[in-house]
Amino acid sequence: MINNGIINNKIIEVRDVHFYYGGFKALTDVTMDFEKNKVTALIGPSGCGKSTLLRLLNRMNDLIDGTRVEGRVLFEGENIYDPHVDPVEVRRRIGMVFQKPNPFPKSIFSNITYGPRLSGMTRRDELGALAEQSLRRAVLWDEVKDILSQSAMMLSGGQQQRLCIARALAMKPDILLMDEPTSALDPISTAKIEELIEDLKKTYTIIIVTHNMQQAARVSDYTGFFYIGKLIEYNATEKIFTKPDVKQTEDYITGRFG
Amino acid sequence: MISVKNRAQHSSSMKWRYIKQRLFFAVVTSAVALIILSLGGILSYVFINGIGVINWDFLTQHPRDSMTAGGIMPAIIGTFYLTLGAIMIALPLGVTSAIYLSEYAKQGALVRIIRIGINCLAGVPSIVFGLFGLALFVVFLRFGSSILSGSLTLGILILPTIIGASEEALKAVPQTFREASLALGVSKWQTILRVVLPNALPGILTGSILGIGRAAGETAPIMFTAAAFFTAKLPHSIFDEVMALPYHIYVLATAGTHIDQTRPIQYGTALVLLALVLGVDLIAIVIRGYVRRRKRW
Repeated sequence: MINNGIINNKIIEVRDVHFYYGGFKALTDVTMDFEKNKVTALIGPSGCGKSTLLRLLNRMNDLIDGTRVEGRVLFEGENIYDPHVDPVEVRRRIGMVFQKPNPFPKSIFSNITYGPRLSGMTRRDELGALAEQSLRRAVLWDEVKDILSQSAMMLSGGQQQRLCIARALAMKPDILLMDEPTSALDPISTAKIEELIEDLKKTYTIIIVTHNMQQAARVSDYTGFFYIGKLIEYNATEKIFTKPDVKQTEDYITGRFG
Repeated sequence: MISVKNRAQHSSSMKWRYIKQRLFFAVVTSAVALIILSLGGILSYVFINGIGVINWDFLTQHPRDSMTAGGIMPAIIGTFYLTLGAIMIALPLGVTSAIYLSEYAKQGALVRIIRIGINCLAGVPSIVFGLFGLALFVVFLRFGSSILSGSLTLGILILPTIIGASEEALKAVPQTFREASLALGVSKWQTILRVVLPNALPGILTGSILGIGRAAGETAPIMFTAAAFFTAKLPHSIFDEVMALPYHIYVLATAGTHIDQTRPIQYGTALVLLALVLGVDLIAIVIRGYVRRRKRW
């Protein structure tokens, strides 16, 4: 059962979306709303299309040759696949954190200020303030405040991932997309990031793809279960993890397959 | 009985395998030895025959007495100008082509054809480049036999090397860097400029330096387009002819009236040219080593 009706304050509306990688159909007729300032988790077995959907929301799939989208993705009511929409502008407002931490081989400071600088912020004091603010939001400030000029590659994996979150936050996006942000991290770093997500949802809308069902249950308000390119069930996380409507969902979350 | 017989067969087949392995290793090792020996042979032969004439005057004086005495300074300068010109032409052209091919062009038939074209260009004999340069730059564009014509010809000659190396270097930049930048709402061009190119630069430089080595050592492309047997003065403009090291060796060894008398100078010039090219290659190796140590992805 897809309960889009429970979403009141919609920030993104996915409407009748089909998606193709060349001849391969990765998503079939997905219609799904996302609630503002909540955490929505997308779960499902590998290859189910959850990451594909996530990357559709900020047009990252544009970068792959031979892909095709049908349907509409409305962000604050405007279709981001409309020909006159600039994907660069979309990505400025919808940030993304990837599966593997991917800091640039530059200093910590340059990593944070990279985006803002290229969108026109040049004053050193402004950039400095923004860097501090972003790093504080990502709960990394205390660990790196004295080594801002050192290479980001020196940080641990967990720190790198929080740096990537800070880097995304520095663009002041409305939405933060997270593609399995903790799958490459140890349990302690994972816990830190989950805490961070809890805190960030006050200001941001977060959509997170995860393989880890406990994580989805812990951090999200809504959960969508995908299977073979289809949205099978979408509901409040509590409902999905206690009394799912669909047998497939129950089988998946109880570990019977996937 | 049967098992004993099997074991005997087994051990004899093991022995044969062992012999095969030894044989194969011997072949491989001798191939390497042959290569190193011939390289060492050439280098030491040139070194032994050439070192005698090398001194400060040889490197800083003009030739005298119909080339039988004096130095090769104008040829060193000429080779420097030609190589510098070639790299100034080929580097921007090659790097931008590589950016197009690896970052912008839709991978398909057209790009495949362009790549084949570039590879063919790399396989064209250098004398053909020389004739092409003669026809286009010297005659048609009326640049005459000059540094400009020679640099353009050498530039085209080393273009495939530079495109190839640059493309490899661009491809070696992890896709995750591009994604990270684009996901921050940075345009594709800015992403290439700020993230991809800086990380590809060391590889591009290595390729370019190898190109420099090639350009410095070629004779045929400059034979009709730039090189002079003898110039009384150093060049004043890019429209002047120049002497060049490889051409100097060539004419002294084949066309002069004092071929035997100038033999030591020929070897000396060859030694200088070799040292220059090897030196440039060494720089490439050092840069590559330095970057490999710094790289952490």
